[in-house]
Amino acid sequence: MLNDADRIYQNLYGQQDWRLSGARARGDWNATADILARGRDAIIEEVKASGLRGRGGAGFPTGMKWSFMPKQSDGRPSYLVVNADESEPGTCKDRDIIRHEPHKLIEGSLIAGFAMGAHTAFIYIRGEYYNEAARLQAAIEEAYAAGLLGKNAAGSGWDFDLVLHRGAGAYICGEESALLESLEGKKGMPRMKPPFPAAMGLYGCPTTVNNVESIAGVPTILRRGAAWFSALGRPKNAGTKIFCISGHVNRPCNVEEELGTPLKDLIEKHAGGVRGGWDNLQAVIPGGASMPILNKEMCETQLMDFDSLAAVRSGLGSGAIIVMDKSADVVKAIWRLSKFFKHESCGQCTPCREGTGWMMRMMDRIVQGKASMADIALMEQVTTQVAGHTICAFGDAAAWPIQGLMRAFRPLVEQRATDYKPAQPLAQAAE
Amino acid sequence: MAKVTVDGIEVEIANGSSVLQAAEAAGKEIPRFCYHERLSVAGNCRMCLVEIEKVPKPVASCGQPVADGMVIFTDTENVRKSRRGVMEFLLINHPLDCPICDQGGECDLQDEAVSYGRDTSRYEEGKRASAQPDWGPLVKTTMTRCIHCTRCIRFSTEIAGVPELGATLRGENMQVGTYVDKALSSELSGNLIDLCPVGALTSKPYAYTARSWELRKTDSVDVLDAVGANIRIDARGAEVLRILPRLNDDVNEEWLGDKSRFSVDGLKRRRLDRPWLRENGKLRAASWEEVFAAVTNKIKASKPERLGAIAGDLVDVESMLALKEMFTSLGSPNLDCRQDGAVFDASQRGFYLFNTTIAGIEEADALVIIGSNPRHEAPVLNARIRKRWLAGHFEAGLVGVPHDLTYPTTHIGSGPDAITALLDGTHPFAEVLKAAKKPMLILGAGALTRPDGAAIHAAAWKLAAQFNMLNDDWHGFNVLHHAAARTGALDIGFLPGPGGKSTAQMLAGGVDILWLLGADALDTQAIGADTFVIYQGHHGDAGAARADVILPGAAYTEKDGTYVNTEGRVQQGFIAVKPPGDAREDWRILRAISAYMGHALRYDTLQELRAHLAQTYPLFALTGELRRLAGANLGAPAGDRAAVSAVPFEPVFGNYYQTDSISRASPTMAACVEAHYPNLAEAAQ
Repeated sequence: MLNDADRIYQNLYGQQDWRLSGARARGDWNATADILARGRDAIIEEVKASGLRGRGGAGFPTGMKWSFMPKQSDGRPSYLVVNADESEPGTCKDRDIIRHEPHKLIEGSLIAGFAMGAHTAFIYIRGEYYNEAARLQAAIEEAYAAGLLGKNAAGSGWDFDLVLHRGAGAYICGEESALLESLEGKKGMPRMKPPFPAAMGLYGCPTTVNNVESIAGVPTILRRGAAWFSALGRPKNAGTKIFCISGHVNRPCNVEEELGTPLKDLIEKHAGGVRGGWDNLQAVIPGGASMPILNKEMCETQLMDFDSLAAVRSGLGSGAIIVMDKSADVVKAIWRLSKFFKHESCGQCTPCREGTGWMMRMMDRIVQGKASMADIALMEQVTTQVAGHTICAFGDAAAWPIQGLMRAFRPLVEQRATDYKPAQPLAQAAE
Repeated sequence: MAKVTVDGIEVEIANGSSVLQAAEAAGKEIPRFCYHERLSVAGNCRMCLVEIEKVPKPVASCGQPVADGMVIFTDTENVRKSRRGVMEFLLINHPLDCPICDQGGECDLQDEAVSYGRDTSRYEEGKRASAQPDWGPLVKTTMTRCIHCTRCIRFSTEIAGVPELGATLRGENMQVGTYVDKALSSELSGNLIDLCPVGALTSKPYAYTARSWELRKTDSVDVLDAVGANIRIDARGAEVLRILPRLNDDVNEEWLGDKSRFSVDGLKRRRLDRPWLRENGKLRAASWEEVFAAVTNKIKASKPERLGAIAGDLVDVESMLALKEMFTSLGSPNLDCRQDGAVFDASQRGFYLFNTTIAGIEEADALVIIGSNPRHEAPVLNARIRKRWLAGHFEAGLVGVPHDLTYPTTHIGSGPDAITALLDGTHPFAEVLKAAKKPMLILGAGALTRPDGAAIHAAAWKLAAQFNMLNDDWHGFNVLHHAAARTGALDIGFLPGPGGKSTAQMLAGGVDILWLLGADALDTQAIGADTFVIYQGHHGDAGAARADVILPGAAYTEKDGTYVNTEGRVQQGFIAVKPPGDAREDWRILRAISAYMGHALRYDTLQELRAHLAQTYPLFALTGELRRLAGANLGAPAGDRAAVSAVPFEPVFGNYYQTDSISRASPTMAACVEAHYPNLAEAAQ
């Protein structure tokens, strides 16, 4: 288990003061100017050496992402955008960071902004996080008042502005290019890539979009050193991560743990175990709604990091662990996720717009016992027609839960198959 | 240049090109719905997926830039599978009402479904249905058929410059619409119908009229404005059913104004299909023999200098030449093609052409518009100006009535005295012109009809000379005509000869016999009561109402004709249908009547007439092509630029939709007036 001293988020549970004084007591804003004085390249090298991978879900190395930003401006400004549109069902890690450790995020924004040559950063926060937005705004104002933001931020000689922007509550706006569109005031629809945001992002300028947890961890990594961070976790999956454990456990919680911690340890040690004991476990969704579901057998030995979960064709995603005991109807649970994805599809590209509705309706029939074996086979095929054919990863996210269900619980799904035949309306003859 | 391999074929293509363009360069056809050459790339239909070596997922070829050494596969099993998947998704919520859909036969979805569709549907859930919003009298919506390619949204935002279309809701509930139900306010809205790859947007007036394969297609030239847009006339039997734009990058690209497209139903109404003769104050139907006799007797009884002829706005060059030569042989110098009463120096072509050319607009970096509203007078040309503005580093100034031209303009002044302000440098826009490398000005033909028209002409020319618009390689002086016949008429000198009378003089009792060749836009009330009026034309409009003799002619769809557009481009249209009833092609009428009068014109066929035309005026030997004139060493038009008044310019047209005898006869255009100018429509009733 992670030593308390090695936790980045000392106030994850809000037992201490979240304000500037409290944050300073925990070491935030301590000699930030000295960190910036190391220079852009040194900071990026340190973050690269730490092995920090993006905490938003895809796990792309953060330092490398920063290094894509132009070293020399061609006249356009660079922007840092912090993705606080935390909408993945089951995920609430960024919320607690913003609630209880807002200054970690603000300081991280300054350091990251400096490292990529950005004088302005935007935090795009989910519209539903009203109280969180109010608190973060209060923290930003504190920082401005203390000279930590604005002209000569924190005495570093670097001018830095931080703008908080509230979204309007669309899951797709958590996709980085849709987030940029929304931030520009347009309908939140993902952009085609290339060009990537580092070349043409917000308002056509070089932009890097990072998750809250990625940015908030950076000051601690730079203070304690890359070696400390990379010593935690497993090779290529370094450091700590906040896991959000919910569902049929005795004590649902957020907990910061090393990457690579066994799933069973997380549930047993931190969440008080599965309701009714480990043997009552039926399934776990390991990384938020879009990651394929695991059955109990898979959960026994599963390590919680990017590569170990990818090896079982699931993923770490946002680190949201949704636990289901034997009382849950997993097929219905996945139907509910399909309904969610159908509702949140932006409607821009064909496979996702049409496919999410189709998948949801077929899941609906399976749940109701109105599907045949042929329907189940067809649905599997439809998921492959959606995944990988869309502009953004939403198509994959919508298809994976169903594909995961078919891999982990195929017998259960097939049990529902009947010799059901839909009524053929007479009008169809005319079509 | 990047070297890429497409299905084993190596092609070299400019950096920044898309994979789709590379595939086309290699002769490979890529199916597409959302991609369109003239619109921004959306990449949302996912039909153009291809495989690229070392890329794990299929790639949308429309948005992927090429890279040197890229290996592209456009027709592998994986690619076909992906496209079949996309096609299946497109079809699950598409109504499959092809038998009652007007797009049938020219539907991209139908065509691609042949290659990538399944024989039966695997979709057993309920289908989506959408409301059918009312977008006005031109575009019919059946949004259930919409495949959400967003071409219409991109067209109205980018090309038309009227951002009134957009998508609301999301996912499978996404709706393309006008947010609040309203009639489309763009003059280019008909192009949405061409752009829509399915039957979601179809032509409202043409609904349920014909199938595309029943139509006879004839290439022609539009005459309802002076741009000379290239068109295709679709006819069935003796009826013209619709008009579509034809591709010509130098003129209209692939767009067409709504008036030019939707006025076709005016070709069937109020037509003059037999000769008429006025007896005891009332017109009666007559035979050709009778009217020939009446006209000949009248003309023979009159002195040559008491004869006059005015040519209208829609007339072909051949007819005007025939009329001019007939009058010359009769000994009359009283000819004028400027029925609007304009008087200006037309001694050199450069004085009255759109010299920069339409394509040349894209080279300009500053523009002054004087007394014109190009959005109404030449919507396709206005779209070209907007295209130039979108490319950046371009400023436009406007002298005249402020109007939303779809690009921002600096309002310099309301009257021609603003030209003087620019010449003196007292208006700040003079600095913009001074700094520009290729400035241009557009002088509206309407400005020349004012009493101080010649002065404005001279002042505008002086402006061009002073601000570096007249060079060997750049001619920035432009007159924007709105009458299709005008440039050609000026080119063949359909103007008062020595001692000849102008339009105003002819109307004011200067002639006893007045021959109106399709001239309807003049004040017929002003014609003296004793003047014997011969009206030759195709519509029972203002001219015919005043006429003593009516000679039924042919509309532009009913004759082979040569037209010169405002740039000076000579173009030919072809006959699509025969003129109705006893009506005849105009040059034939003139040839016949000239023989009757004993002054037979020297040509018996159109070929002979055209050969004679090209011989007399060599510029007509070159059709379609255009040589830009040099701007330097042209002298200057006569006119005292100091005589410009401060009287504000007025709009040339009261409304865009009804400007000539054809569009005035069109019920569709009347419906447009009702939708967009409710006050005018009420007044007309």
